[in-house]
Amino acid sequence: MSDIQATSSTSTLIALVGNPNCGKTALFNLLTGGQQKVANYAGVTVERKEGLVTVHGGKNLRVLDLPGIYSLIPRSQDERITCDVLQGRAWGEKKPDLLVCVLDATNLRRGLRLALTVKRTGLPCIVALNMSDLASQRGLNIDTDALSKELGLPVVKTVAVNTGGDQALRECLSLESWNKLSTAIPLDQYQHTQDGNQVEVDHLVVKQILHRLNLNHLVPDHFSDRLDRVLLHPFLGPFILAGVLFLIFQAVFSWAALPMDLIETGTTWLAGVLRANLPSVWWRSLLTDGLIAGLGGVVIFLPQILILFFFILIMEESGYLPRAAFLMDRMMGSVGLSGRSFIPLLSSFACAIPGIMSTRTIANERDRLITILIIPLMTCSARLPVYALLIGAFIPQRTLGGFELQGIVLFALYLAGILGAMLVALALKLLTPAGRQTRPLMMELPTYHRPTLLSISLGLWQRVKIFIHRVGGIILLLTLLLWFLASYPAAPVGATKAAIEYSYAGWLGRGLQHIFEPIGFNWQISIALVPGLAAREVAVSALATVYALSGDNTAALLTPILSNQWSLATALSLLAWYVFAPQCMSTLVAIKRETGGWKMPLITGAYLFALAYLASFVTYRVALFLGWG
Amino acid sequence: MVLMNLELAPLATIWRIKSVNADPTDQDRATHLQEIGFIQGEHVSVLARALPGGDPLVVRIGLSTFALRRAEARCIEIEPDVSNV
Repeated sequence: MSDIQATSSTSTLIALVGNPNCGKTALFNLLTGGQQKVANYAGVTVERKEGLVTVHGGKNLRVLDLPGIYSLIPRSQDERITCDVLQGRAWGEKKPDLLVCVLDATNLRRGLRLALTVKRTGLPCIVALNMSDLASQRGLNIDTDALSKELGLPVVKTVAVNTGGDQALRECLSLESWNKLSTAIPLDQYQHTQDGNQVEVDHLVVKQILHRLNLNHLVPDHFSDRLDRVLLHPFLGPFILAGVLFLIFQAVFSWAALPMDLIETGTTWLAGVLRANLPSVWWRSLLTDGLIAGLGGVVIFLPQILILFFFILIMEESGYLPRAAFLMDRMMGSVGLSGRSFIPLLSSFACAIPGIMSTRTIANERDRLITILIIPLMTCSARLPVYALLIGAFIPQRTLGGFELQGIVLFALYLAGILGAMLVALALKLLTPAGRQTRPLMMELPTYHRPTLLSISLGLWQRVKIFIHRVGGIILLLTLLLWFLASYPAAPVGATKAAIEYSYAGWLGRGLQHIFEPIGFNWQISIALVPGLAAREVAVSALATVYALSGDNTAALLTPILSNQWSLATALSLLAWYVFAPQCMSTLVAIKRETGGWKMPLITGAYLFALAYLASFVTYRVALFLGWG
Repeated sequence: MVLMNLELAPLATIWRIKSVNADPTDQDRATHLQEIGFIQGEHVSVLARALPGGDPLVVRIGLSTFALRRAEARCIEIEPDVSNV
């Protein structure tokens, strides 16, 4: 699976257009195989998928998979892209030489209406009747020649889920003559009407065509209907969804634990071996504490990303994802979001990075940005080591009303994050004009389909590539920068204090101390927060470094030191800080990547910092007032 | 005849779309509904309603299934289906 090397060598551009859920992307995958390149359209976060299809004679044609549309009036960012490309207005995108209008053969009423609309663009067009196997299973015998005559366009049958199901389309693409199609077709009776409603006119035309082809009867998908009676049942549906989400959540946590442990042990081992065998030169630390730790810090996200997206892709391909959004819509609507935001938010309890990446399933741009904004408030698993250390050191082991006090505090921290997120979303709903108006749902619930291995594996591979390319590089750079800050200048000969105190990070920490003093942080905490930006849990080992501990079990050694040297008020304040603070650069980098600029990560960082400072300040002052200083 | 809209339609009964009306707060909504298939004369039925509050609804239009909010369903005026399609 390699990137396309020289796209410029072949200039013929074919664009796939179709209704959402017509199997267009599956057909694209089948046509291009692994030869795909995923990027974003210029200036927007809409995914641009281009691939190469090899036709007879070994000629390569470029294929573009355009976002699904219902009409040529765009209502979302991705629909706008499709409309712009079809009209030759898309920036940095040539007007396609040929369109393949992909129709769901089991739902021609809607598909043919789009075919008429697409035909009016005047571009050469081939109609692909996709899912033609399902259509014949349901007793719909479509006469392609007759349909071709009715439409004045070539019509081929395709089955995107079967190997070789694109045979007829490939043959049609191999013909030299299709580039004469546009001139061959008279712009006939289906022309644009000036008066009257275009949709209704087209609808009448489609009904006449279907009537003449004897296809004018409705044959619903009984399997999907039966499944929906259970999965969308007002009582059963939410329970089944809760069960499915519970399993996914469990899998993300438990299946990822082993590979993540292995990656961590592996990098520690490798760093240790290199440290023991290399001469004590300056670049030894760069290699072991900077580069290897940084690479490990990037790779460590992969198990969770793979597992989460495996399930999300299955839900998406099978058709369950929009149904889950339907079931959660009312609840999320109360804070001004839609059901689509639920799964990204839920997955962020494991890690915010895959959560942010999965916001691509949210069609509405505003909903998507707000979801990204509140995702860092979900308690990710990297906060747990910090919580565990502080709770272990400061919260006594006793029961309160039959429950472990330590457990109650941990639960309260999770709850604080969720409530914080809901309050932020609610505030944005009430305070912004866009938040007060209700946005349309109008979400299609497609018929259920069995996900194909090709689509799932291609999807996973693309996620991994996006993460490594776009996010991994910056994370690595920033980790190296933090390594530099924490290592230079080196401690002078005969230094009595921990080396980090002499470094830039130490200076920074001492400077930050003045900012953090009102919320009860001492200089040790302030210093530990700087390398803790690489990843939240690094703060624990940084604290150990500041307190000059070394060895294997530093966390256990830290506990008595902290409980002796810190006040309870300081510890509670730090816990409150970790609930809200933007203590994770990788999250901000992922936001930058997914929103296409530094604006959103800066806003996120700033508001989270303010929120964390406020929460810690209140916590600290209340704790002092209660005599816990 | 009593005016009837899709929001009020009993579950699993088949109706015919009489008209798709613009919402005063969102002029584009009627066009949008038409484009996804809610066109005069088409068969329509409500398959399910979410709890609580019956919002959103699962609606069958032609062969497609859509989730609509109550406010969206309210724009669709329906009449009993008299034909035998």
